[in-house]
Amino acid sequence: MSEKIYKPGNYPDLPPPPGTVGVYGWIRQNLFSSISNSLLTIISVMLLYYLIDGIIGWFFLDAVFDADSKIACRKIDDGACWAVITRRVGQFVYGFYPEAERWRIDITFLTMFVAFAPLLYPDIPKRKWLLYFSIFYPFFAFVLIMGGYFGLQKIEYSLFGGFMLTVILGVCGIVCSLPLGILLALGRQSNLTVVRTLSVCFIEFMRGVPLITLLFVASSMLNYFLPPGTNFSILVRVIIMFTFFSAAYIAEVIRGGIQAIPKGQYEAADALGMNYWQKTRFITLPQALKISIPGIVNTFIGLYKDTTLVVVIGLLDPLGIGRAALADTKWNGLSTETYLFVALFFFVSCFAMSRYSLWLENKLNTDKK
Amino acid sequence: MKTKMLLAGVTAGVMFAGSVLASTLDDVRARGKLNCIINTGLAGFAAPDDKGNWTGFDVDFCRAVAAATLGDADKVNYTTATGKTRFTKLAAGEGELLSRNTTWTFSRDVDLSQTFIGVNYYDGQGFMVPKALGVKSAKGLDGASVCIQTGTTTELNLAEFFAGNNIKYNPVPIETNAEAQELYKAGRCDVYTTDASGLYATMMSFDNPSDHMVLPEIVSKEPLGPVVRHGDDQWADIVAWVLRAMMAGEEKGITSKNVKELAAKDNKDKEINRLLGKDPLQGLSKLGLSADWAVNVISQVGNYQESFEKHLFPLTIKRGMNALYRDGGLHYIPPIK
Repeated sequence: MSEKIYKPGNYPDLPPPPGTVGVYGWIRQNLFSSISNSLLTIISVMLLYYLIDGIIGWFFLDAVFDADSKIACRKIDDGACWAVITRRVGQFVYGFYPEAERWRIDITFLTMFVAFAPLLYPDIPKRKWLLYFSIFYPFFAFVLIMGGYFGLQKIEYSLFGGFMLTVILGVCGIVCSLPLGILLALGRQSNLTVVRTLSVCFIEFMRGVPLITLLFVASSMLNYFLPPGTNFSILVRVIIMFTFFSAAYIAEVIRGGIQAIPKGQYEAADALGMNYWQKTRFITLPQALKISIPGIVNTFIGLYKDTTLVVVIGLLDPLGIGRAALADTKWNGLSTETYLFVALFFFVSCFAMSRYSLWLENKLNTDKK
Repeated sequence: MKTKMLLAGVTAGVMFAGSVLASTLDDVRARGKLNCIINTGLAGFAAPDDKGNWTGFDVDFCRAVAAATLGDADKVNYTTATGKTRFTKLAAGEGELLSRNTTWTFSRDVDLSQTFIGVNYYDGQGFMVPKALGVKSAKGLDGASVCIQTGTTTELNLAEFFAGNNIKYNPVPIETNAEAQELYKAGRCDVYTTDASGLYATMMSFDNPSDHMVLPEIVSKEPLGPVVRHGDDQWADIVAWVLRAMMAGEEKGITSKNVKELAAKDNKDKEINRLLGKDPLQGLSKLGLSADWAVNVISQVGNYQESFEKHLFPLTIKRGMNALYRDGGLHYIPPIK
């Protein structure tokens, strides 16, 4: 056996010693590098196995997805009884909205994405035309959901519920509270005493009162102040309260953004001869809003989750629908399944919002690129 | 106290404004629907079924009033209310009828300017124990740990009952019914106490309901009944007599099955004839109801017994105090003549 002779500098790279690369190498280095480490690894794997086995078993393998009642579920298998969800999924989504009219909610929900697309994604093609639709959309949605026009059957507010109610409350609250919050933030910074005082009073009052109190006011007190006979729907009252409450928080978040802008920016704008609105439109807001995105989205996610509080004034949001389902003698006692399902819905919505805000931050992050 | 007076004053103001306008019955007829305020979900009393239709003992009463006034038990808009919002919703006119397991008390009747029109369910605070504990009476609960919701009247009732019988107990304070169920199931407390109907509903949510029992002692009075606003006696009378018609149905053996048949023939019992519109019932026109009002109620909703058995028997609730007087219960209705 003779070694091959290489010219100087041409010796090929040798492969790394066996057992230090690849899957085997990784496992050896990270999981079994010493006796104590190996023991820990084995114990952890066993623990994980029992845990995951139990969880997957309960969630999927031993779970029952369709049955007539809890008792029927238990007869089939002893895992989760998802039948309470699958049998009532319509109620969880639409509340008590009549079944024959539910297509109206579907259309409203799907077109909502079309209406929001040009607002959320500036690079979308044909953005200008889509923006016209966005402006027209609130009226479209209102007519479609409420009915009473164009031969559509009128639907009572008391039939609203489930995820649909959460989305209506959340989206209306979010869409209305952002402009109102911006105005309040500007008002608080204004040189006009009356505007400033009013803004400060509004913000401090709304922030100083618990949301649940405002909801009780909306549900009980407002009716007394209105002339008898006016039927000012509870849904509208609640949306107004949510909007006011979240606008006060948004205003403070944006004020933080405005105050973070270096003074030189204003002075430059003044030097260019811009008036107040030009300065606000081109200098202050674009920078302030960009800085405040995480705070704004934070407030929105909070508002969205706070919509579950309407359950205390008797509106049936998903949580309320879940509790009502548990009051049915057929499904009594399946609280784990119900609450997990509602939690999953809220997690998905809130996680989507938080991902969008991250994307937007990266996109607008011009000065650090 | 001040807020209470303010609330009562405002309520009275609204009442006065309301009474100037058309009567409640006219409002309901003009709308074609009865607005009924119900529980957001209580097993046996009000809960939506899988198709989204509200069912339950309290819901049946809403349906009965709709059947009597509008001729159709399905013409009801249900408005859900929590314990805190139910009275303001009624006072603010969001419903004509509050049928939500509401305990009749002096201050609710008088101070909040409402009219309780009768009792449709006699409830009371009871005790639930595991059968394995081997206790047959609440007086044998010496030294037991008791799960009790803080800040409720049940707390006071419990203390009074145990002090009155010279027995000791360890209270385990909890906030919500759901929390109590978990603690009780985990064996953290030997006894759970709340209204008896609630105990039965809780028991049914367990995997093995037959391992538990509700003790015979009932330590408080909770007469539950429908409520209407002060100021419209015609409406209060209608609601009251709908409840009595349902009980009269049970008393006279009129059920949803035989009511049409009995209404068509001349019965020996003249009270049946008067109730079902065969013989004239003096003053019925003052209520503004048609002669077949009771037929509508019993044929579409059923009599008291049918409603009770349909919704409360599945929770293993017995008739007990809620039987008719002739069966040893408390329901005794005035004669229909």
